[in-house]
Amino acid sequence: MNAPVPALSVQDLTVRYGRAGKALPAVDGVSFDVAPGETLGLVGESGSGKSTIGKAILGLQPANAGRILLHGADITKASLRQRRVTAVDLRVVFQDPYSSLNPAQTIGQTLAEPLRVLRVPGDQRRPRIGASLAAVGLPADAAERYPARFSGGQRQRIAIARALVCDPQVIVLDEPVSALDLSTQAQVLNLLADLRESRQLALLFIAHDLGVVRFLAQRVVVLYRGQVMEAGPAEDVTQRPRHPYSVALTAAAPVPQPAEQARRRAAREALGVGAAGAAPPAADGCPFATRCPLATDVCHRDRPPLVSGVACHHADQVARLRLPPAAA
Amino acid sequence: MRAPRALRTAGGALSAAWLVFLLLASVTASWWLPYQADAQDPAHALAGPSASHWLGTDDLGRDVLSRIAAGSWISVGPALLAVIVAFGAGIPLALLAAEHGRWVERGSSRFAELLLALPSIVILLAFVGAVGVHPWAIMTVLGVLLSAPVYRIFLGQAQSLRTRLYVDAARVNGVSSLRVNLRHVLPAMATTIAVQAAQLFAISVLIEAGLAFMGFGPSLPSPSWGGLIAAASQHVYDDPWLMVPTGAVLALTVIAANGLADAVAGGGREAEPAVRRTRGRAAVPAAPAAGGPIDGMLLDVRDLTVAVADGPALVTGVSFALPPGTVLGLVGESGCGKTMTARALPGLLPEGVEVTGGSVWFAGRDLAGLPDKDLRAVRGREIAVISQEPMVALDPMFSVGYQLTQPIRRFRGVGRAEARRIAEQLLREVGITGARRMLRSYPHQLSGGMAQRVCIALALTGSPKLLIADEPTTALDVTVQAEILSLLRALVRTTGLSVIIVSHDPGVVADLCDEVAVMYAGQVVESGTVAEVLGSPSHPYTAALLAANPHVAEGLPVPERLASIPGTVPAPPDWPTGCRFASRCSLATAECAAPVPVTPAHAGGPVVAGPVVAGPVVGGTVVGGTVRCVHPLSSPAPLPVPHHAEPGVSS
Repeated sequence: MNAPVPALSVQDLTVRYGRAGKALPAVDGVSFDVAPGETLGLVGESGSGKSTIGKAILGLQPANAGRILLHGADITKASLRQRRVTAVDLRVVFQDPYSSLNPAQTIGQTLAEPLRVLRVPGDQRRPRIGASLAAVGLPADAAERYPARFSGGQRQRIAIARALVCDPQVIVLDEPVSALDLSTQAQVLNLLADLRESRQLALLFIAHDLGVVRFLAQRVVVLYRGQVMEAGPAEDVTQRPRHPYSVALTAAAPVPQPAEQARRRAAREALGVGAAGAAPPAADGCPFATRCPLATDVCHRDRPPLVSGVACHHADQVARLRLPPAAA
Repeated sequence: MRAPRALRTAGGALSAAWLVFLLLASVTASWWLPYQADAQDPAHALAGPSASHWLGTDDLGRDVLSRIAAGSWISVGPALLAVIVAFGAGIPLALLAAEHGRWVERGSSRFAELLLALPSIVILLAFVGAVGVHPWAIMTVLGVLLSAPVYRIFLGQAQSLRTRLYVDAARVNGVSSLRVNLRHVLPAMATTIAVQAAQLFAISVLIEAGLAFMGFGPSLPSPSWGGLIAAASQHVYDDPWLMVPTGAVLALTVIAANGLADAVAGGGREAEPAVRRTRGRAAVPAAPAAGGPIDGMLLDVRDLTVAVADGPALVTGVSFALPPGTVLGLVGESGCGKTMTARALPGLLPEGVEVTGGSVWFAGRDLAGLPDKDLRAVRGREIAVISQEPMVALDPMFSVGYQLTQPIRRFRGVGRAEARRIAEQLLREVGITGARRMLRSYPHQLSGGMAQRVCIALALTGSPKLLIADEPTTALDVTVQAEILSLLRALVRTTGLSVIIVSHDPGVVADLCDEVAVMYAGQVVESGTVAEVLGSPSHPYTAALLAANPHVAEGLPVPERLASIPGTVPAPPDWPTGCRFASRCSLATAECAAPVPVTPAHAGGPVVAGPVVAGPVVGGTVVGGTVRCVHPLSSPAPLPVPHHAEPGVSS
């Protein structure tokens, strides 16, 4: 039996900004697959290269090396024009709900645009737009209005409706909830979870917030300075992190229980993880070495390989860094 | 639509009317002119205005009015052509350069610079010398020369528009590059195009008239305005009037074009309300509720009301108190008035928003009644503010050292060297290693976390007693957020600083705060210690906010679905007289339609009369938590999770 073809596959992707050879790569040999109906969380701080990976997949940023496969078909070098044919199943939702909708177009015009590109006949566009708006919980008459009439959460629903209107199978979600309030964030996260179930969507969920990622994603890839630090099932990465950076990330997200948070804060401050923006790491070593409490000479000298989902020379010692579980 | 808005101003309407009149008059001239443009009447040469010749006659007795009207097309048309050529070449080039990146942009920009470097009058005269006097061709050349400044102006705008996410979204959706430009980039430039076109038109009319005056206009019998002025200049001593009508028409046309440009440009700004800054003067100190501030409190806010001038209230009846050395969190969704409340304290409200009631007792004084001049002395020295965007708070033109030492010298009256020493000290206090190097850096060299640390150091320059932090970590990475929160906590511990932090994240509040006030629709709906309010929420809104939070501690399961609150926060004009949360509350009943009093909650005991006070037991007065709800949740609170209440969207 053949292994099922992943909906989206990224293999050894490398992206450099600026002149080749001069700049450090923004994305450095990153690989992952997303199966149909699966959500993969791509987590990291700003500068980790997570948004660049999204752009490369969408064809907005050329890849310097590696391959991007959509249902097994190579779209790495496909231009945006070629993608009209080869990548109709691939759509995007961006972070900023205010800049991602053209203020001069009605919601209907915004949603009609991808249908026009796909040469959907005019009389079929209206019902499809209505269905797409209904899928995200908006009334059909929203199509007549301009973006200014909608709140941030509603705009993000519209952006999701625009992605859904052509029945895609893969959606890249670039920080889709980080600009939203908690209660609207919950609405949008629930909506995404429902859509994933009902439409068997493959979602690439790019986020900096591990709590949000844990809610939505089945698997997580943790990035640091363009390299994969850890990859694995969401529960494992968030509950039993095997890389010091994953520990730092999980420990940093505050929980709204004051006593519990006081305990976690004390544990986090005792971790000894260096401040962000400290000295840059050696080019050949582990990128996290300058902040890592476990770092030794070997970490500054050699880049650790990704072995069974962890890139750390001292993976065996990480367990003692983990925060103790909450008193139930 | 933009045009009608531009026409709503008197200047814009008059300008447009004149240009339309001119265009109509020139096109229809042959039908209504009283005389043929070159019909001579030597008997009435150089006559002034009369009933038969409204604007007089020239040296050959030709009717001046007829000649101006007949000549308007040959005078204005080529100028219009120049504008069309300039925009027809400049804008597509700018769009292409913005779309295709560095190499195309470099090529076209060098070409534009070349055009800009050419002396246009010399080129035009050389063209006339080589090709002859052809007004339309000359103005086409002028149009090509003018396309360079047009390109320069619109390149920057197109580049910035192309960074909008809706452009990326359209490209991902496979929209063709032409359509992206036509639908998403060009419409946003329309206002600027209209402004620039009107101005270039005015310039072109003047250049065209100037050339015609020098004899490089339409050949002599045809009555171009420049030619008419040249002819009139022959008679400037014996018939000065002859100059007036043509000169006036030319001047009016140029003024009208500029007036229209101004009106169009102003149309974009009109949306902002024209309001004056009335902070302080309009503040009506409320009747001192309990006869002055509570003893021992650094800050005692009573019944604070903030409103738009002549508009709805944004914050109503907010009260809280803060002892020295404590951290108070204002938490709620956006649009709940938490930022307005925080900014009202030091008098930093935006234009057109003012404190309309209540008092802000700070260190024995009521800040709500103080004029801006006195508040300026408080800001920075006693109350400092840090904001969400550290990069915006720092001036990109100056080094960190300069920005830190200036306020240190002002606040502390020390010399340059001493100020530098204090600045280094402050940077070390906010956890920056290599303080000396940091002093020499510029804001663009800093990461977001470092910039926020510098902002905190900046806030500490005046040794304030109270720090107001408005979403200080929202724009930062989660690891950096944790560092900044630890830093703030350490500062509170070591310096006795009090902090008011505005946040939408209950996790941040749990991490940093001692006290919390939950705000909803301009009111404090619940307050108390963080342990009480977040541990056993009394108000359904607090409970719902906590239930929507996806962060759980290690070892706890993540919920299958997040409880979300249906709908959105109502806008200030729509606030009901009763409970403002009722429309979204799963526990709402008919009782909620009546105004809801503030009642004691948690283990706080009786509240001091009236105000909501967040704070521990102080000076014998028992103060504690409060809630504003007719049926508060009992403790331990069952979370009211709405069952499939979403996707709840109010339309």
